[in-house]
Amino acid sequence: MDNIKLMINGMEVEAPNGATILEAAHLANIQIPTLCFLKDINEIGACRICVVEVKGAKSLVAACMHPVSNGMEVWTNTPKVLDSRRKTLQLLLSNHDRKCLSCVRSGNCELQKLCHELNVTDETYYEGEKTPSEIDDSAPHMIRDNSKCILCRRCTAVCDKIQGIGVIGPNERGFATYIGSPYGMGLGETSCVSCGQCIAVCPTGALREKDSTEEVLAAIADPTKHVVVQTAPSVRAALGEEFGYPIGTDVEGKMAATLRRLGFDRVFDTDFGADLTIMEEAHEFIERVQQGGVLPMITSCSPGWVKYCEHYYPDLLGHLSSCKSPQQMFGAVTKTYYAQKMGWDPKDIVCVSVMPCTAKKFEIGRPDQSAAGVPDVDISITTRELARLIKRCCINFVNLPDEGFDDPLGESTGAGVIFGATGGVMEAALRTAVETLTGEELGNLDFTEVRGVEGIKEAVYQVHGMDVKVAVASGLANARVIMDKIRNGEADYHFIEIMACPGGCVNGGGQPQVPAEVRNFQDIRSLRAQALYKNDANKKVRKSHENESIKKLYSEYLGEPGSHKAHEILHTTYVKRVINE
Amino acid sequence: MKSLDELRQIREQYKDILELRMHVAHKIEVKAQEAVEHKKRAVMVCGGTGCTSSGSRRVIERLKEEIKKQGLEEDVSVVMTGCFGLCALGPIMIVYPEGAFYSRVNEDEIPEIVEQHLLHGKVDTKYLYSETVKGNTVLPLQDTPFYKKQKRVALHNCGMINPEKIEEYIGTGGYEALGKVLTTMTPQDVIDTISASGLRGRGGAGFPTGKKWQFARANDADQKYVCCNADEGDPGAFMDRSILEGDPHEVLEAMAIAGYAIGASQGYIYVRAEYPIAVERLNIAIKQARQMGLLGKNIFDTGFDFDIELRLGAGAFVCGEETALMTSIEGHRGEPRPRPPFPALKGLFEKPTILNNVETWANIPQIIMKGPEWFASMGTEKSKGTKVFALGGKIHNIGLVEVPMGTTLREIVEEIGGGIPKGKKFKAAQTGGPSGGCIPAEHLDVPIDYENLTAIGSMMGSGGLIVMDEDTCMVDIAKFFLNFTVDESCGKCSPCRLGTKRLLEMLDKITSGDATMADLDKLEELCYYIKDNALCALGQTAPNPVLSTLRYFRDEYIAHIVDKKCPAGVCKDLLVYKIDPDKCKGCTLCARTCPNDAIIGKVKEPHAIDPNKCVKCGACMEKCRFGAIYKE
Amino acid sequence: MPNKKTTVAFSGTKEQEEALRKVISEKKDEKGALMPILQQAQDIYGYLPKEVMKIISDETRIPMEKIYGVATFYAQFTLNPKGKYRISVCLGTACYVKGSGDIYNKLMEKLGIVGGECTPDGKFSLDACRCVGACGLAPVMMVNDEVYGRLTVDDIDDILAKYE
Repeated sequence: MDNIKLMINGMEVEAPNGATILEAAHLANIQIPTLCFLKDINEIGACRICVVEVKGAKSLVAACMHPVSNGMEVWTNTPKVLDSRRKTLQLLLSNHDRKCLSCVRSGNCELQKLCHELNVTDETYYEGEKTPSEIDDSAPHMIRDNSKCILCRRCTAVCDKIQGIGVIGPNERGFATYIGSPYGMGLGETSCVSCGQCIAVCPTGALREKDSTEEVLAAIADPTKHVVVQTAPSVRAALGEEFGYPIGTDVEGKMAATLRRLGFDRVFDTDFGADLTIMEEAHEFIERVQQGGVLPMITSCSPGWVKYCEHYYPDLLGHLSSCKSPQQMFGAVTKTYYAQKMGWDPKDIVCVSVMPCTAKKFEIGRPDQSAAGVPDVDISITTRELARLIKRCCINFVNLPDEGFDDPLGESTGAGVIFGATGGVMEAALRTAVETLTGEELGNLDFTEVRGVEGIKEAVYQVHGMDVKVAVASGLANARVIMDKIRNGEADYHFIEIMACPGGCVNGGGQPQVPAEVRNFQDIRSLRAQALYKNDANKKVRKSHENESIKKLYSEYLGEPGSHKAHEILHTTYVKRVINE
Repeated sequence: MKSLDELRQIREQYKDILELRMHVAHKIEVKAQEAVEHKKRAVMVCGGTGCTSSGSRRVIERLKEEIKKQGLEEDVSVVMTGCFGLCALGPIMIVYPEGAFYSRVNEDEIPEIVEQHLLHGKVDTKYLYSETVKGNTVLPLQDTPFYKKQKRVALHNCGMINPEKIEEYIGTGGYEALGKVLTTMTPQDVIDTISASGLRGRGGAGFPTGKKWQFARANDADQKYVCCNADEGDPGAFMDRSILEGDPHEVLEAMAIAGYAIGASQGYIYVRAEYPIAVERLNIAIKQARQMGLLGKNIFDTGFDFDIELRLGAGAFVCGEETALMTSIEGHRGEPRPRPPFPALKGLFEKPTILNNVETWANIPQIIMKGPEWFASMGTEKSKGTKVFALGGKIHNIGLVEVPMGTTLREIVEEIGGGIPKGKKFKAAQTGGPSGGCIPAEHLDVPIDYENLTAIGSMMGSGGLIVMDEDTCMVDIAKFFLNFTVDESCGKCSPCRLGTKRLLEMLDKITSGDATMADLDKLEELCYYIKDNALCALGQTAPNPVLSTLRYFRDEYIAHIVDKKCPAGVCKDLLVYKIDPDKCKGCTLCARTCPNDAIIGKVKEPHAIDPNKCVKCGACMEKCRFGAIYKE
Repeated sequence: MPNKKTTVAFSGTKEQEEALRKVISEKKDEKGALMPILQQAQDIYGYLPKEVMKIISDETRIPMEKIYGVATFYAQFTLNPKGKYRISVCLGTACYVKGSGDIYNKLMEKLGIVGGECTPDGKFSLDACRCVGACGLAPVMMVNDEVYGRLTVDDIDDILAKYE
């Protein structure tokens, strides 16, 4: 496309034809504030914060949607524009609870930041009646407080467009409009899958995870408890953002050091659980291929995806791998093998997981996830909650030395760490499955065809004389495409990886919230994924079946992958659910 | 329908039937009580919503019974038509060839009318509309003040034909324009003709219709759409409904013409579900047009395909906004989308789409047949043709009027509308509904067209025209419209969702006497903010009722704020009911009427009202026979 | 209000469900079919209870929330059953100017309900409506399909009495 020329604030700017004013201004380093706009997800021009003056237009125009044209004259900072934006904020505040001091988003709230920047000095200027609202805490993983909602609709856009679920949406109209579920159902009564994407995109404190940080501190303070912590692969790729590091910084070493200083008795790594998952899953896959089991087999690491499958494709549950997720495998091994090794009563162990995910809060409560007779994992917190804990306990994260994880459940391979990116589980599984089937060592370990942020990726690999057709999907709307194909008998895949969140766990619903002004111009999914792939590339061991601690676990305790014992401890079952009962 | 000849044959068959209804053609002078010798008669009874509500269906049944009884079935036909315009006088019935205009017809009067008029040829003036009776002569309807200044173009068939019979429409020349377009004109010719006529959208902003079509034609696509906006939602406006009820084929024909012009094969009519009669007639019309091959495949054997689907609105004013209407047809919440992209490029189902309102469509076939010059000869320099107004409020002749653009408000109110009842004074007229404004008496002589109305702070809108007299409080009227807007705001954009609500709260504060002059500035400032910032035209125009009343009646606002008084005596919080002890006779009627026992006093002694108990219902004032109760 | 829950138990019949399923299967593949389906569903059941919406959602694969969002957007859809006698008072400009607001208030007072509600005995439901086009008869109210025009507050008792 050709470039066109326009004037912004009296300066000539060049921009691609078809660009919006927002994009053109960005190219010229002129920032225009936004609130509802999320590129490719929520382009509705509703909040009107991004209004600018355009010569000849009869009213102000929304920069986020308005296309540029040759010779256009745009003014982004006139008194009229600034005053309008301020009034918009004052109106939003007139229907907002304005309890910033006790709000979880204080400090990284997009509304608060704009009010500060636009010099809103009187937040009660338009004081009046407020839209009635109630707090919805019916879901296992999150809380909706509409008194903080500004109706930007980012949450409903991800839920509907990206996840294809649409359990929340705008109801009623006008001043009575509110975001919620049908017939006053709480989110917990719907077929919400707990992915938390809505929380990740919420600009205010209207949506937040259920916070378990105080429980964690209480467990640590309890002398009778052995508190074991595990951290998911993608946490290390995002936690740094909470402490000022650029997006995509791997802070694994500082994270381990921090956890130790927080007082956890053992600092382990979910990457170990990931390696273990690969052992079981690769074995299960080979077995299904060789014994004519249900194919394609689909991964089961993502609890949001699993719940989605249970609600929307209960007829296809047989395709799901019976493997527990890495989090649960880790917890199960901790409370059986490791407890036995240490001579601990499983009841005295508190297994805490740090996850990029809010669905994990749901997963720990699932039935059939209690290998030792007690839940495999006791408390699951998000990356955001960990950051909160660190800040609460005044740990100087930035200045800490890099440290390693504890043995033996802290040992992991490059295959485990790439679980955090879409395609990572597939790649890790292929590394192990190919070598297991062929008995030969792979030359190139990089299965680049399944990397990258595209929603659906397909590849065919020649393995041991067989064409193995694989697919990788992230984001549940993409999963739906694949699942419909399977349901209609149009899919000839053998193995499919599905992650609930677009881009995989690096972009999970529990990860640090990145403001829209950043998200609209940077792909946080690929930046964070790069940190994981770099971590993998630098690992000495990059294949799960070469993890020494894993080998020891099998030789000392489980026997073979897929053994009876492995099944008892590491596998699970699924529940048929319906849509919006 | 294979050819124009086939169409003209049908037209020929209906020639006599329709000619009977042309009063002018017969030039019959009618004297009361003198028999008019004429065997054939046509009795036209309005079957529009207004007359149906006042019982016209029963009138029709009774007519048919009596006609049968008198053995007149052969010679007298009863035709249910669309609206004649004078809705306040319904049910309305006109008997041709005399053109005798019966108003407020009661079914019990039917036997007498049938016997006297239809059997004996004698018109009984006591049942006629009084304006049509002058001494012993019955005037033609066209000579009454209500009709004299009107020019019926969009409404030309309303009241003249049976809208449920396609042959009658064809009989008046219907579908000729479509035939002409398909067989002798290129699509560009059609657009040029419409452009040359100067026709502008009748639904609101007055965008040139030809230009709109041209844009849509210029955009290539595998599918395009033609839409009709019949989601007439302005409170008090019913122009579109009357056209759909009285002449539905006009709209269908026009849409097919547009389909040909822009290259679309599918049309949608989005009509309010609150218009059951219009919906029913449209359904009948579409069915008949399909049966005749005037909709569907290969129309007039030219290879042109066009069909129309009806979609019902479900009670959302915002769906009158074009992008919201399309969003609604797509099956979503009817929320507007930002423009650009404009519908001509990306409209319904993301395809190039044109949307015109009913009245705009109703002009198209005649422009094609009579030529753009004919149309352009009516109206003002920039606003051509006629405009239909729904006249309502404090005015004698409530109903539907169609006048050439450029007619003054005074002509409409005082002549056509017959002035204001009870000798009250004209205060203002409201046009453009919730998006428009109030026009004060000082502008009564401004010729009405798009530009002039905008210049005086109102807008044409779709044509609601509500007349207000001195008893109307302008702050209360602004509040009424804001209430409507707040109710109907879609809630998508913040300026409208929150801004209109806050505006309303500020108006409430003013009418309850709690506001300060600083609040007035704040109110005005918020109005301008909403105008500049709202997403769609509805939000942007929502403050107009406030701004226009502020412009012309600021002193009323100030009276509410500073003096804590409502000059029109409407705003209850600012009223005090009092009894003049000099006039009170102590009859106790008021005390007995008071719902809240707020009036105290002994028999035959002056009474008094306890202001703390008074609920300001006004019942006492209505009952008092001595004019002793007043409010201030 | 977030918690609009109908308190009247669902009592749909088999015939109604069949009629609904027929409508859905006829319209499902039409573009933008949701509104026509909802309109007909409301014709069949008189209102849109959750049970009905669930069927529509399952059959069309449109999320129930999306349907609910549409249903609560448009004034004409109702989630509550209507009374045997549905009263609607026109609050359009013409009627308002002529005092329909007082008529509406009087009805609320008489029936002991607010607009949008149904009396506990299921007899009367009351709504305000926009212009019904009978401006010549202003102020106007309707009871089911019967139109009452040129009303005064004093007419209310007599009209209601007709339906008692």
